Amino acid sequence: MFVLDDHRIAGPKIGAERTVSRVAEPSRPEFSEQTVWMIAVRSNRDKRAFAKLFDYYAPRIKAVLMRSGASSAMAEDIVQDTMLTVWRKADQFDPHRAQVSGWVFQIARNRQIDIIRKERRPVPEELAPAEETEVDAAHIVALEQETQQLRSALEKLSPNQRQMLEKAYLGELSHTEIQAETGMPLGTIKSRIRLGLERLRHELKGNRS
Amino acid sequence: MKRINHHVSEELLVAYAAGALPYPFALVVATHLSMCDECRVRLAAHETMAGLIVEETAAMDVDPGLKSRVLAMLDEPAPIAPPVQGAGIFPAPLFEALNFEPPRWKHLGFGSRQSILSDDNKGSVRLLYIPAGQAVPDHGHNGLELTLVLQGAFSDSTGRFGVGDLEIANDDLEHTPIAEEGEACICLAATDASLRFNSLIPRLLQPILKI
Repeated sequence: MFVLDDHRIAGPKIGAERTVSRVAEPSRPEFSEQTVWMIAVRSNRDKRAFAKLFDYYAPRIKAVLMRSGASSAMAEDIVQDTMLTVWRKADQFDPHRAQVSGWVFQIARNRQIDIIRKERRPVPEELAPAEETEVDAAHIVALEQETQQLRSALEKLSPNQRQMLEKAYLGELSHTEIQAETGMPLGTIKSRIRLGLERLRHELKGNRS
Repeated sequence: MKRINHHVSEELLVAYAAGALPYPFALVVATHLSMCDECRVRLAAHETMAGLIVEETAAMDVDPGLKSRVLAMLDEPAPIAPPVQGAGIFPAPLFEALNFEPPRWKHLGFGSRQSILSDDNKGSVRLLYIPAGQAVPDHGHNGLELTLVLQGAFSDSTGRFGVGDLEIANDDLEHTPIAEEGEACICLAATDASLRFNSLIPRLLQPILKI
């Protein structure tokens, strides 16, 4: 699976690659740097783009892991496994549905739970890969705009709400402690959900009877 | 896809995305997510929020050698396990928890059966088999109870739960779920405390039956 499967390069992806190289140009500022790097890793096995992802995520993931109690050495072990998984499972990253930072964080969290709690973290069944592999730039841009709105909503929170939200999303609160009062900008989350559903239904059409 | 009416709550989804749910609840949530596109997409939105928070976390220096070690490993062949598959009424995460084997049922009396998947200080999670038309023994519980329907349906004072529906019951709910006529009802149920039954005999048997 991980080897550079020929079908991914020579097959239907050719169209996708053309789109990617076009969107990677600086004339398309709607894509975040992380998305551009991740698509380059996914579609072109681009090691320079991977090095950029490493520089960006390794120090942040390490900080998050240490915040939830990992030692520096343990955190770096998990960072190493996480970044290798990002490289090896890049073909599972779907820029139409996921945001890079969220995807990378989930990989790190899975690994951390496997190692520290010594249990397999239950994860949802993987969906069958979408039949079309073309990058739908308009949809990705729409998702990135939603993400940007979510970011501005975060910035408008009071310091206290902001702190509660960080604790909730970084795993420092139990499910009983997470209340609606943490000030989640639910309105913005909801519009992202609408876009996500639209895309998922589009992808599943034909995959499911 | 069947229509699902009862979904994962927002706080459970956030706790799941954050990795903060104890194993029994995480298993039920992951199984529901496998059956419910809507919750899968809601989870993706919460994962985005978590990602934004990670982006704004103050970075910590990593060992300067780490990057070159990782880069040197990129071309190493790495076996990637094929994605875990579900079977029949058991979606992938649940089938994995069953060690990819059919459940080993134990009789509870009156045709009901259970199969305990995990039971420790984090809580318990098990499969329940209730014959059509029968009631699950009347019980309240000490903490949170999640019940996900895999086959058939049940009803209680709060509503009807069919395949894919998730009932979230807190300790204030004393309920008597009754399996619908037709097919036997099979559920995945997780608690963070052992169940307490209302009649004396089952309470005495509780430590023995582990229910």
